[in-house]
Amino acid sequence: MRIRRLGIGVIAMGVAILSAPVVHAQDTAQPKILRVGVTGTYATMNPFTAYHLGDTEVGRVMYAFLTSYSQQDYSPAPGLADKWQVSSDKLTWTYHIRSGMKWSDGQPITAKDVAWTFNKIMTDKTAATANGNFVTDFDTVTAPDDSDVVIKTKAPQATMLALDIPIVPEHVWSKVTDVGKYDNLQYPVVGSGPFTLTNFTQGQSITLKANPDYYGDKPAYDQLEFRHYDNEDAAVQGLKNGDVDVVSGLTPTQYAALQNTPNITVNKARGGRQNDLLVNYQAQTNTNQPVGDANPVLKDPKVRLAIAQSIDVKTLVDKAYGGLAEPGSGMVPAVFGTWHWSPDASQEQKFDLTAAAKTLDDAGYQKGADGVRLDKSGKPITLRLVIDSGVPNENASAQFIKGWLGQVGIGVTVQALSSDAVTDAGSKGQYDLQLNGWTGNPDPDALLSIQICANRPDADGNGNTENFMCDPQIDALYKQQLSETDQAKRVKDVKDLQARLYSLDSSIVIAYPNVLEAYRSDRWASFGLQPAQGGSITHQNGYYGYLLAKPVDSAAAGGGNTGLIVGIVVVVVIVLGGGAFLLSRRRRASADERE
Amino acid sequence: MTTPATAPELAEPGTAARAGGARYVLGKVGGAVVSLFVVVVLGFFLFRVLPGDPIRLMSRNTSVGTKQVAELRHQFGLDKPLPAQFADYVVALAHGDLGVSLKFSRPVSDLILQALWPTLLLVGVATLISILLGLWQGTRAGWRRGTGFDRFSTGTALALWSAPTFWLGMIFLVVLGSWFPTQGIVDPDTPAGFLPQFLDVLHHLTLPCLTLVAVLYAQYLLVMRSSVVEEMDADYLTTARAKGLRDDVVRSRHAVPNALLPTVTLIFINLGFVVGGAVSVEAVYSWPGLGLLLYQSIADHDGPLLQGLLLVLAGAVLVMNLIGDLLLRVIDPRVRAA
Repeated sequence: MRIRRLGIGVIAMGVAILSAPVVHAQDTAQPKILRVGVTGTYATMNPFTAYHLGDTEVGRVMYAFLTSYSQQDYSPAPGLADKWQVSSDKLTWTYHIRSGMKWSDGQPITAKDVAWTFNKIMTDKTAATANGNFVTDFDTVTAPDDSDVVIKTKAPQATMLALDIPIVPEHVWSKVTDVGKYDNLQYPVVGSGPFTLTNFTQGQSITLKANPDYYGDKPAYDQLEFRHYDNEDAAVQGLKNGDVDVVSGLTPTQYAALQNTPNITVNKARGGRQNDLLVNYQAQTNTNQPVGDANPVLKDPKVRLAIAQSIDVKTLVDKAYGGLAEPGSGMVPAVFGTWHWSPDASQEQKFDLTAAAKTLDDAGYQKGADGVRLDKSGKPITLRLVIDSGVPNENASAQFIKGWLGQVGIGVTVQALSSDAVTDAGSKGQYDLQLNGWTGNPDPDALLSIQICANRPDADGNGNTENFMCDPQIDALYKQQLSETDQAKRVKDVKDLQARLYSLDSSIVIAYPNVLEAYRSDRWASFGLQPAQGGSITHQNGYYGYLLAKPVDSAAAGGGNTGLIVGIVVVVVIVLGGGAFLLSRRRRASADERE
Repeated sequence: MTTPATAPELAEPGTAARAGGARYVLGKVGGAVVSLFVVVVLGFFLFRVLPGDPIRLMSRNTSVGTKQVAELRHQFGLDKPLPAQFADYVVALAHGDLGVSLKFSRPVSDLILQALWPTLLLVGVATLISILLGLWQGTRAGWRRGTGFDRFSTGTALALWSAPTFWLGMIFLVVLGSWFPTQGIVDPDTPAGFLPQFLDVLHHLTLPCLTLVAVLYAQYLLVMRSSVVEEMDADYLTTARAKGLRDDVVRSRHAVPNALLPTVTLIFINLGFVVGGAVSVEAVYSWPGLGLLLYQSIADHDGPLLQGLLLVLAGAVLVMNLIGDLLLRVIDPRVRAA
């Protein structure tokens, strides 16, 4: 009886082995698929509540925005709107929506959808979760007809071509009663971007199909997939095995290892992030209540200048970042060309340890017996440098910084903490020096806004900045640039602001780290990089990386099933081997029983 | 058909023994309930003493402004005083509501249920194979103590047991990775239908399961081996041999059933931990199970999710322990007598 059942099992398994290749061979016209290995968490596909990096990236390919950022250099480019104009009082913006566009379910895309989306964010607190800050100064948004959207603002606002808000279809979303609870997973999800979401399995994969109704260029392949990895090493292995075609966020070690791997091409892209050294000299809440326990000696601008003169960003880039970064200067990363500022010869606080020592000597900080300088009350100057223990370049940088400051007579204690504890210490002002970083946007406003008095944390710790910058000149320049709709004048304001910030030595910008990526060059010929020169494939402020990906001719981008088949055979052999073994034991056992 | 015949026999020990049994069961269940309540309290406050603010962590380096941060905090009730938050939590819990995850904006119970079956599949299958493999090898090794087989199997098991799981997983991934998938539980492009889906899951399951078995089976082997060794010189085995039974039959029919008793406790303790998943194996193979969810909830300071998971995991261990205790009473008369 038992033997017969096992026999049936064996036959079933045999059928399974034979059918596995058949199952896969059936769909001979295999769709061309671009598979991206990702390590971040993807929390929600609801564009009103999605603010994590990965979620917003998917949002960008699902939904078109009012305007976009050009692939070439991030300059404002048409999106749903093909033309726009601003009134002479700079308070009324009129966007002309291009005609003939369709949602992926065939309904027309009109100005009413745009107005509905903005109004929803302005009136519903939950809908404002992700993008509420874009509409803070909006007065009204109306659609007088199907092709025009009129936005009136309370004050002139320069960021009206950088509204990173996915526009949703009114005919779908107006039926949603509670935006916060809506998962937006009614497949295929009605969208307007180059791809349509057809599956989201949290923690595993996201599948999107090319949208034939998209108004712009059509992708040269059928399907885009994001596959979730929990660790970057496994993702790299997945790339080598061909399970995925693109992997981003490589460490320098992984990047170096993949450089000489056949069929794989690496991409060292200019990054939109700035890493800096925060100097805590004026920690106060947004109501000017002092917080934290910074060393008061940092209030002296001469001390901060000496610190800036003691930091060699070029050496840090070479040694701590393995050369995979651009040396830092202004707050806005160099990749955002127009807005980036770097000091001229007269402004530059050059790395010069002798000059730094002289700065301190002139300011009256004499060295004590052990070579450490004394502050005005006669205590040795020792600063705590808080770093994230999980970030290799921070650990390496800290050692260099400690060495240089030691040479000019400033003691440094490095405190390597967990990233949570670093964030905590930062928001409470419990540090003297801290290695930190921010990711910038094509529009500099977001990066600059963390430098104004109003955006310091409140008494409860609400707020997102950690450097407590508050300077009347910076506040004035910030306001001025935000209301300046003349591009050339605004660029000047933004650069002046960065120059002022640089002169205060509160955030000493160290590096703009490169984005390290790799892809299967045996399957994919090219990607649409942003910016076009030296840009990245993934995590763009656009969708060009995926939209313009070109498969290698005749290559089945799907890859072979050899791995799958071999794997199944191995599994089956193990199962059969185990079965046979058990069977032989059973036989022997029953023979024993008979004795 | 045999039930009527045995029923009178069972009734014979009388009411005193049954009352003792009831007290035993009640005692065990009561203990479990108290433990569970301690977990609820600990879980709530443990999350609060971790450094870092969940909302700040989530909204850091995003376009979310100060006003929205305060609004989020209010939405999740994190602006209330701690005792009020705890009261809210306990009341919701009494209604069977585990709350809403901060990060995923979805009910915690949905997230846990979704991650439950991948974990049950992976850790369940691996535990089963480990038990079979461990007990089989342990019996053989104990029976032929000191032989080459004993030294080889015990040595291998110990070496694998002491290998760091994460490292072992990465080694398997690198060495066998070209034949097996590197990520997930099922390929999104696998055609629908039972057979292809089943085979694909099996294919994805192989490496994580192999890793888990490699690090798990040693404990069963060791416990089984030592309890077989203990039984080796027992008189009843001599009797069995004197009856003329073959050595294999003496081992499998007489020694093993007695030697199994200590392993039963071990098995049930471990079955409880099955639900806890295997954080490191799940992390290496990106297996979307409970272990991974737990890891993420800690990393993201997702309080409601963390509390819900702790409760479910602790509950599983407690229930399995309880079953183990009760079962031991059934299969070992000495426990009943005590």
